[in-house]
Amino acid sequence: MALLQISEPGDSPAPHERKLAVGIDLGTTHSLVAAVRSSVPEILNDAEGRALLPSVVRYLDSDARIVGYEAAQAQATDPSNTVVSVKRFMGRTFDDVKAEGLPYEFVDAPGMVRLRTVRGDLSPIEVSAHILQALRERAESVLGDDLVGAVITVPAYFDDAQRQATRDAARLAGMNVLRLLNEPTAAAIAYGLDHASEGVYAVYDLGGGTFDVSILRLTQGVFEVIATGGDTALGGDDFDTLIVQAVCATAGVALDTLSREHHRALRVAARVAREALSDADSAVVEAELGEGTIVSAALSRTDFERLAQPLLEKTLDRARQTLRDAGLKPADVKGVVMVGGATRMPIVQRVVGDLFGTTPLTDLNPDEVVALGAALQANLLAGNRAPGEDWLLLDVTPLSLGLETMGGLVERVIPRNSTIPVARAQEFTTFKDGQSAMSIHVLQGERDLVTACRSLARFELRDIPPMVAGAARIRVTFQVDADGLLNVTAREESTGVEAAVTVKPSYGLSDDEVATMLADSVSQADSDAVARMLREQQVEARQLVESVGAALAKDADLLNADERQAIDAALADATAAQSAEDVDVVRAAVKALSDSTELFAERRMDRSIRSALAGRKLDELA
Amino acid sequence: MAADDYFSLFGLPRQFALDRDALESAWRLVAARVHPDRFATASAAEKRVAMQWAARANDAYRQLRDPLLRAKYLCESGGIDLKTETNTAMAPAFLMQQMEWREMLDDARDAKSADAFATLDTEIRDARVEMTRVLTDLIDVRGDLATAGEKVREWMFLDTFGRELERERPDH
Repeated sequence: MALLQISEPGDSPAPHERKLAVGIDLGTTHSLVAAVRSSVPEILNDAEGRALLPSVVRYLDSDARIVGYEAAQAQATDPSNTVVSVKRFMGRTFDDVKAEGLPYEFVDAPGMVRLRTVRGDLSPIEVSAHILQALRERAESVLGDDLVGAVITVPAYFDDAQRQATRDAARLAGMNVLRLLNEPTAAAIAYGLDHASEGVYAVYDLGGGTFDVSILRLTQGVFEVIATGGDTALGGDDFDTLIVQAVCATAGVALDTLSREHHRALRVAARVAREALSDADSAVVEAELGEGTIVSAALSRTDFERLAQPLLEKTLDRARQTLRDAGLKPADVKGVVMVGGATRMPIVQRVVGDLFGTTPLTDLNPDEVVALGAALQANLLAGNRAPGEDWLLLDVTPLSLGLETMGGLVERVIPRNSTIPVARAQEFTTFKDGQSAMSIHVLQGERDLVTACRSLARFELRDIPPMVAGAARIRVTFQVDADGLLNVTAREESTGVEAAVTVKPSYGLSDDEVATMLADSVSQADSDAVARMLREQQVEARQLVESVGAALAKDADLLNADERQAIDAALADATAAQSAEDVDVVRAAVKALSDSTELFAERRMDRSIRSALAGRKLDELA
Repeated sequence: MAADDYFSLFGLPRQFALDRDALESAWRLVAARVHPDRFATASAAEKRVAMQWAARANDAYRQLRDPLLRAKYLCESGGIDLKTETNTAMAPAFLMQQMEWREMLDDARDAKSADAFATLDTEIRDARVEMTRVLTDLIDVRGDLATAGEKVREWMFLDTFGRELERERPDH
């Protein structure tokens, strides 16, 4: 990536050059990849013409793994090595997931749970990366070229741990993440652009394992999320669990005595029956549980709907709460967009229609709409937008962010439903005379007690100069970027002594871990890949040298003599190294030049934005 | 620099009275210019600057949209130190009013009376409207930021009380 290519804000950097970018819906039960081709978003199918990729990975003894349909078929025969619904474990701890009673061997590990398979203990991040890799390969083979980046969707209600985990999985799969996009927002883009709508819309998104509801206002090309709510552990899977429980109760089978294989087989049968009930009035749940024991139970749609009622009520409660957060009534909502395969259930459409007093919009395929919206956003972010085709997303934080204070209470720093990006600071002081360190505990959630919120990170601010109690001024700044990811810094300000720490919550993979894992995968690759990497680095070096030269010609007044000298030196080194045959030499020169021009790039960007703002006219929307 | 003041960032007159629609569309316009999505393929340093501007625009919008925060911003950026931590002196009449409301809240809670809550709610709403009127006069007409600052401190108490009432109302 060239460092200093600044175009006017709002303009695409290189309009003549089309860059391949995809949208990926990384779902609990299945995943999709889509791209904008000839200005229309479309799902990229596999070689057999299938749109969906079951989010299932089976690990084999040998060094191989299988992703998708073939893996899904093995889930009852090889449950421990066949991972389904891995999205439910993203960013979750051992304690979080063991309560769900799912047929896996979970392993406790710092930060995030691991799954024991024949290929060792795997983090949910790695399993997700394997799904993403399969989608990436599909996209590159359909589109015939490498991708510059991807927009990956996440449930709007995902917390910071789950988002970080998703981003890490994408990096591990070798993808450049252009944006993490909330699923309901992606669906709104697909619908909004399709219908050219204005007004307030609700998105009801019931997927395989997660539920989201978002309220958006669409005005002149701006998709503004007003409020969002949901449950990251409620989806189609949970309806299946209810069916399994009911069938076991009727058949007199104790669920906890079933083997993993039989439990899985029963779950699969439950899901098939539930999906059949969307069209038929009754279905049969049938599974073989051991030698000759066949459980077979008829389930009518009415029976199922009675079972489903409490779960549906839970989603409606969330929807009502989200409307309240938005300060709106059901009648203010112009339309409700249905997203997620589970919204095919007629009962879901009925209850949602009743709540909002309108017939839900179902004209886009609920399995595909999220990926299509993500593809549109990816295309926009990659700089491929056609003239006159433009929009802006303003999303919000789903959950409040805060700090632990005295007595185990949470002090909120950023309330939920704040428009992102957002930065907010809070000042704290010392409790004892001469106190030289302060421990900072970052939390996410809506409750007042620390124990009822999710702990995101703990860190210490040290080297506070000795002062009497209450004299220090510790400024803690929370920053949430456009991906919804949090960054926290703390600084002692009263003495001018800077003791700042930056934390990124620690449940994901460190940059070093990702780098090592990527290096491992590249070292196994063929020599073609190595040659390509060298060429790419050389191109990057040449572009960077050129753009730094151009930037110096234009904005050298932003630098003092020393700064200028440092950049000139790095520029000379990079110019000398740009044609070297050793990829590491070229890469090091690129990095050195990037690093030395970072401050310069920031100042130029600031100047560019200021001049863009000064030159704006109120009657034009960029 | 002009863009550092919240009002000039949005091209709005620096005053308490506000055209909400103008603020909203100006915010959307500024956000469209500085949002990190506009710089998705830029370098990390550039994206960071864009993110800071976008966060600033969002915060400016949040503060100007809310009448109390807007009044506070006008006072503080006009050089008035509100001393919200240390200065708790209040006009006696306002203190009396506060105590009266507290008693009304206690009574409403004890009697579990929806009517009593509703009456109190109306009083608080009226008080907010009155605050708005007074501050428009003090800031926009008289330019008396010092007195406006005192009113802002009263309004902060009123606001806290209003939120407490919201939480306790049985129909909420």
